[in-house]
Amino acid sequence: MTVLEEPVNAVAEHADEAGAPPRVDFDTGPERYRHWRYTVDGETAWVYLDVAEDGGIVPGYELKLNSYDLGVDIELYDLTQRLRFSHPQVRSVVLTSGKDSNFCAGANIRMLAGSSHPWKVNFCKFTNETRNGIEDMTDAGQTWIAALNGTAAGGGYEMALACDQILLVDDRSSAVSLPEVPLLGVLPGTGGLTRVIDKRKVRKDRADVFATKSEGFGGRKAVEWKLVDEAVPRREWERVVAERAAAAAAASTRQADAQGIELPPLRRDETADTLTYDHVRVTIDRDARTATVVVAVPDSLTDDPAALHDQGAAHPLLAITRELDDAILRLRTNELEIGTWLLLTEGPVDAALAADRLIANHQDDWLVAETTRYLKRVFKRLDVTSRSLIALVEPGSCFAGPFLELALACDRQYMLEGTFEEDEDATLPSGAAAEDPATLVVTDAQFGTFPMGNGLTRLGSRFYGDDDALEAVREKQGEQLEGGDADDLGLVTDAPDDIDWTDEIRILLEERASLSPDALTGMEANHRFVGPETMETRIFGRLTAWQNWIFIRPNASGPEGALRKYGTGRKADFDQKRV
Amino acid sequence: MTSARPKIDFDSKIPNNVDLAGDRKLQRALERWQPNFLDWWADMGPAVDTKDVYLRTAVDVGRDGWAHFDHVPMNEYRWGVFLSEHDPDRRIAFGEHKGEPVWQEVPGEYRADLQRLIVIQGDTEPASVEQQRFLGATAPSLYDMRNLFQVNVEEGRHLWAMVYLLHAYFGRAGREEADQLLARNSGSDDSPRILGAFNEETPDWLSFYMFTYFTDRDGKYQLGTLKESGFDPLSRTCEFMLKEEAHHMFVGTTGIDRVVRRTAELMQDHDTEEVAGAGGIPLTMIQKYINFHYTVSLDLFGNESSTNAANYFTAGLKGRWQEERREDDHLLADDAGAVDAFKNGQVTHNEVPALLALNQDLRHEYINDCRTGLKRWNRILAKAGIDAELYLPHVGFNRQVGAFAGASITPAGKVVSESDWNARKDQWLPTEVDKTHVRSLMHPVLEPGKIASWIAPPSTGINDKPVDFEYVHFH
Ligand SMILES: [Fe+2]
Ligand SMILES: [Fe+2]
Repeated sequence: MTVLEEPVNAVAEHADEAGAPPRVDFDTGPERYRHWRYTVDGETAWVYLDVAEDGGIVPGYELKLNSYDLGVDIELYDLTQRLRFSHPQVRSVVLTSGKDSNFCAGANIRMLAGSSHPWKVNFCKFTNETRNGIEDMTDAGQTWIAALNGTAAGGGYEMALACDQILLVDDRSSAVSLPEVPLLGVLPGTGGLTRVIDKRKVRKDRADVFATKSEGFGGRKAVEWKLVDEAVPRREWERVVAERAAAAAAASTRQADAQGIELPPLRRDETADTLTYDHVRVTIDRDARTATVVVAVPDSLTDDPAALHDQGAAHPLLAITRELDDAILRLRTNELEIGTWLLLTEGPVDAALAADRLIANHQDDWLVAETTRYLKRVFKRLDVTSRSLIALVEPGSCFAGPFLELALACDRQYMLEGTFEEDEDATLPSGAAAEDPATLVVTDAQFGTFPMGNGLTRLGSRFYGDDDALEAVREKQGEQLEGGDADDLGLVTDAPDDIDWTDEIRILLEERASLSPDALTGMEANHRFVGPETMETRIFGRLTAWQNWIFIRPNASGPEGALRKYGTGRKADFDQKRV
Repeated sequence: MTSARPKIDFDSKIPNNVDLAGDRKLQRALERWQPNFLDWWADMGPAVDTKDVYLRTAVDVGRDGWAHFDHVPMNEYRWGVFLSEHDPDRRIAFGEHKGEPVWQEVPGEYRADLQRLIVIQGDTEPASVEQQRFLGATAPSLYDMRNLFQVNVEEGRHLWAMVYLLHAYFGRAGREEADQLLARNSGSDDSPRILGAFNEETPDWLSFYMFTYFTDRDGKYQLGTLKESGFDPLSRTCEFMLKEEAHHMFVGTTGIDRVVRRTAELMQDHDTEEVAGAGGIPLTMIQKYINFHYTVSLDLFGNESSTNAANYFTAGLKGRWQEERREDDHLLADDAGAVDAFKNGQVTHNEVPALLALNQDLRHEYINDCRTGLKRWNRILAKAGIDAELYLPHVGFNRQVGAFAGASITPAGKVVSESDWNARKDQWLPTEVDKTHVRSLMHPVLEPGKIASWIAPPSTGINDKPVDFEYVHFH
């Protein structure tokens, strides 16, 4: 993290609970980047972190020493997406600094000190997700190499840890370090602690020494302790980095002649209470504190991969994925008090099943594979979203194949048994007749295509320890299951009929809205991730939970806490009780 | 203030003034429940086989002429759903929602609490029918038999009232609770009624009068607090139930009147307090029955200091007795109150926040109301020139719930040792000998106008009919 000369108490509390938090926009593109640039040279992309000091996403701090804030991270996320979709021929990515002085000093400390708790939490979550996305690319044959041409401290080193390889320039002064504990009284909480031991396999006593030594380690010692893969003398730096990038590219099985697609800005109509994309609609009810998210699958969706290449970002499957991603991020960051999301789908089940076939049968097509990987990441975003998620399965919906994952990601699923008798004659916007009852269709998509962070499928998590139930569902694969069947199979929480539906849902939502948001967040996060731990669940669960606890403790964020005192020349005054 | 008289639909399967015909879903749900209710009534309702009974049936909710009287076969009684008149301007009178318009739907936040309140109230209604199932066989007159059945069918209707609320407003969970109301049974080992007093047997007519005087009166006070509810359908339901409930208490009050009068007559005729031999019930025995039924009913009010009651009040779910006539802020957030306590062997008081003292407040209202009966009965005794008085025992006597649970307190309010209390309890509470005596007097009198030996005849009949009217026809 940044070492600052100015006292922190000059920081404007930009996202203080008292004032309205800034609304965050996730739209960006290479032509708008302020903090990054990249060049593609054959099979290798060169990515430069070059933070504009005056480019903070909110006023009140300067992004010195290549330190970052949410705005820097939003650009990084966009950049990773473009490397996947627009530059599919890229097989290795070199992540380095555009500054001479250092690689990256991590998250901006003045930004953190001046941030509200929700802002810090959302920022860290998004950062984590982007880093996990970078790690997804390992399997996809796009190797990320962190080329640390200067010191990488805190979040800067954490960013490097998300890469497959870490090269550090050996200039007798550059180092990698995690100074959060000794200097700031918080954790290297966006994956740092976890990846050092889980991914880099650093021995735990060494990890302890490293994480409490503010200046960190460089050179041979950093290699010996496995903190980096290589320490490269200055004069050989450029050659070695280029060689490593070429070697990684050579080892990749990525399709060589892939033609990328453009990712134009999303079309989105915004009002105070709605977000309307081509296929995804969000409506906020502020009194009820709910957001209704409708994913409309058009019948133009086919199982033909050529259509995906032709239409590119306009293809419904990719478009829905992008829109949903954007909607989740906006709701999560900008609508803190909208505590319950209702997830609905609409459209022909056949179209959803076409998407299912496209995904199931064409993973050898790079764009299908990339779109699938993206959808997997978006579902994972839902899994770690601190909102109550409730799927409503109504007539005219298409919770089938990949779209059934949306329902399974929810905390509860309610499915109408039968039809809404009063609108028997009505025709739904999707064109489906309302007289057909809602159905769910389980496909291969439920059995491994979209694993959760815990490595299990959502169905596997749902029926954890109950293999018979899982088998019973597997036997119904491909069948259109109506409410009663879905309920019997355990695929939905309840299948009320027409008589009960409206009241049941209304009461459920009102009751939910009356519960403690904190207790709900904790409860839901615990219920969603059953079974085995992975590095990912440890980062989102254990590490994040500890970090968030530490963030609200006076020892970090109190007036005498380390975060506030950092850079003032005065020492934090700790409450010495161990809790 | 406008008030709307809901239209009565008396032609449909379920008579109602809640426009069931316009709510197909609800109508279907209630019609599904109806046969289960009728089965329950056949199994657990009055065991005496009658042709028809002179009963009143609710047909309207207005001030005048809300009931219709006629001989009807009991199983053809028209149990209906009636809510009192709708006041579109009604506002919540207390708690943190004070001043807001009343709720026409259940706020999800309070679903669980409201459902619980309704289930507990609803559970008592059929319970008393079950408790009184066999009483008809020993009715002291046709008039009394008719009154018993009137109370029974109306308790059945009260069950309908609560089931209507559960069906109309609580979705599937509400329907499941409605089924459970028929599945629990008074005194059952496996699935008893929720409240203790409703699992006690009502083995004889003295107990029946005591029950309708003391225990139905608890019902009156519970309904009175629910009538204040911010959940308008509950409020309107309870308001109308209170109208019917008044008759139940009338049966109790006048029933005990008549027992006391007959005892006084026998005492004078035979110039002794020992009227048992003369086919009467001695005053001491009546006092013991009062002691028992009064104290069991006191327990129904719950703990003196209750956070549940406080939460219900703050949320606007359950008010105080005559909430709107009280002159305070109706929030009680900063007020203090005193509740009964039993500490170090002493009857004393605790200062608590007023919100926590609401059960005590209601119990206090109830006790004052109970006193009116005692005054009546003592007046009867005084008129007969008898120098003895009936009384209400001390609030701490014979209690199983609340501050005095397990305390050894005499009816006079004296704290004694447990062994002392046990040694003397036969002087205070009905013994097997007492109960056997009362039971021995229970012989049916089925001839119109005739009355059993242990009770005086009523002074007037029902609905201006003579006392010797044939209130019940047999096959
Ligand atoms: Fe009743
Ligand atoms: Fe009653």
